[in-house]
Amino acid sequence: AAVRLCRGRALLSRVRGAPRLLRGLAAGPEMHFGFQSVTEEERREKIYQVFENVAKKYDVMNDSMTLGIHRVWKDILVHKMNPSPGTLLLDVAGGTGDIAFRFINYVRSVRERQLQRKLKHHQNLSWQEIFENYQEDKFSTLGDSQVVVCDINREMLKVGKQKAQHLGYSEGLSWVLGNAEELPFDDDKFDVYTIAFGIRNVTRIDLALQEAYRVLKPGGRFLCLEFSHVSNPLLSRLYDLYSFQVIPVLGEVIAGDWKSYQYLVESIRQFPPQEELKAMIEDAGFFKVDYENLNFGIVAIHSGFKL
Amino acid sequence: EEEEVEEEEVWHQLYPGHIPTSPLQKALLAAGSAVMALYDPYRHDMVAVLGETTGCLALPNLRDKMKHHPEGYRILQERPRIRLSTLDMARLRGLPDGSLGREYVRFLEVNKVSPDTRMPPKFVDDEELAYVIQRYREVHDLMHTLLGMPTNMLGEVVVKWFEAVQTGLPMCVLGAAFGPVRLSARKLQVLATELVPWAIRSGLNASCVLNVYYEQRWEQPVESLREEIGIFPPP
Repeated sequence: AAVRLCRGRALLSRVRGAPRLLRGLAAGPEMHFGFQSVTEEERREKIYQVFENVAKKYDVMNDSMTLGIHRVWKDILVHKMNPSPGTLLLDVAGGTGDIAFRFINYVRSVRERQLQRKLKHHQNLSWQEIFENYQEDKFSTLGDSQVVVCDINREMLKVGKQKAQHLGYSEGLSWVLGNAEELPFDDDKFDVYTIAFGIRNVTRIDLALQEAYRVLKPGGRFLCLEFSHVSNPLLSRLYDLYSFQVIPVLGEVIAGDWKSYQYLVESIRQFPPQEELKAMIEDAGFFKVDYENLNFGIVAIHSGFKL
Repeated sequence: EEEEVEEEEVWHQLYPGHIPTSPLQKALLAAGSAVMALYDPYRHDMVAVLGETTGCLALPNLRDKMKHHPEGYRILQERPRIRLSTLDMARLRGLPDGSLGREYVRFLEVNKVSPDTRMPPKFVDDEELAYVIQRYREVHDLMHTLLGMPTNMLGEVVVKWFEAVQTGLPMCVLGAAFGPVRLSARKLQVLATELVPWAIRSGLNASCVLNVYYEQRWEQPVESLREEIGIFPPP
């Protein structure tokens, strides 16, 4: 017996369309949640739930979906940042700590090299000078660098803190629950602001960019790592095929959660492409805004300065 | 930005919880769920997904068997569900020992299981077939009761052999074939020499177990029901 299949146009939103019309204009402006149409408040809710569900398997899924390449992207971001010891970093939507840990590793190794060079030149220090150096804590391994990880989702922060403990990161690291659209920090505080694979999930990107501008010190740098648009047509088709056919299946098999990963691939398609994001960053007041494509535009790093 | 942006043809949602999938996705799901189910036996959801994605031949077969049987046909029409909210546990507990209802409740309590943990179907692209597989899942505990098998690995494998013969679902066949991999040698011997042959004989002899309206037979003694269906007494 042949199985009856119904082909149709719209996705689940068609099933939901009727009740929304009845709810009328009071519900607020229509936004996208993946390929569905929802209100601003609904979108925040749904995204919170997505990350609540995926938090525990977040890292495993990242490795599976990108075949480990996301690690390289994040390495490139931190190398581009090239932080020197003493830098104060705010990592927004930093959830499970990937950027924060890389930052700490980077400044530690820079610091180590600094100290080695210093020691070479100071082979003939007197005991008094050595004593004074220890007093001033000039040999601190992080050199006063600090990273604040801010995320709106409690579950993601929880996973991040556990990871930090497990991997042995404690110095120079703090975790704050907060919303990228309304950051709980004073103006002109941070040297660098990063948001890796997070800005796509923010409901009001313009507000997040304004907040980023506000909390950065003059001379501070904005860095955004995010999925972007592939212009090469052949690659684009392969990428779409992989995204829509394989990724939700991976989500179901590994995390038992098809829907969250369906949302993921849809939200990537809905996100503004490179030039449009660049314009938005410029609108927030940043200067020298530029972007670098990684893997033909699958991912892009946008950078801007507060001058 | 509106929701009409689509990359490819999309299918309607046919029942609550339905996730429409392309043939490629089904193939990937079948392979992935098979591997994951073997790797992590606690992933019951993977066993469920495997059943749904590989059942495209067996499920219509089962549905037709039900359609052509008076009791099965009624089940398809009325769509009864076995859930804690629909079962009168107190009444069943009060039934005489040896009756289906009493033994079923005993089975649930002894093995500490509940009928509510059965996964609803997601990847079956036909709403009636989705009910058939749901019914199969909900009736699984009753199979345990009728076969007198516990919910440990050994018991589950025996029930899988029975179900494989009865339903022809590839998931049952795979479960029956690969399940024993994790059993000790002693258990394997009992399995191979006594339990599996009995399960197969019973499965072949018995009429379709999905054609029994269990909810209307709680008072019936288990032995009488076994005889009626054609299940041989357990060894």
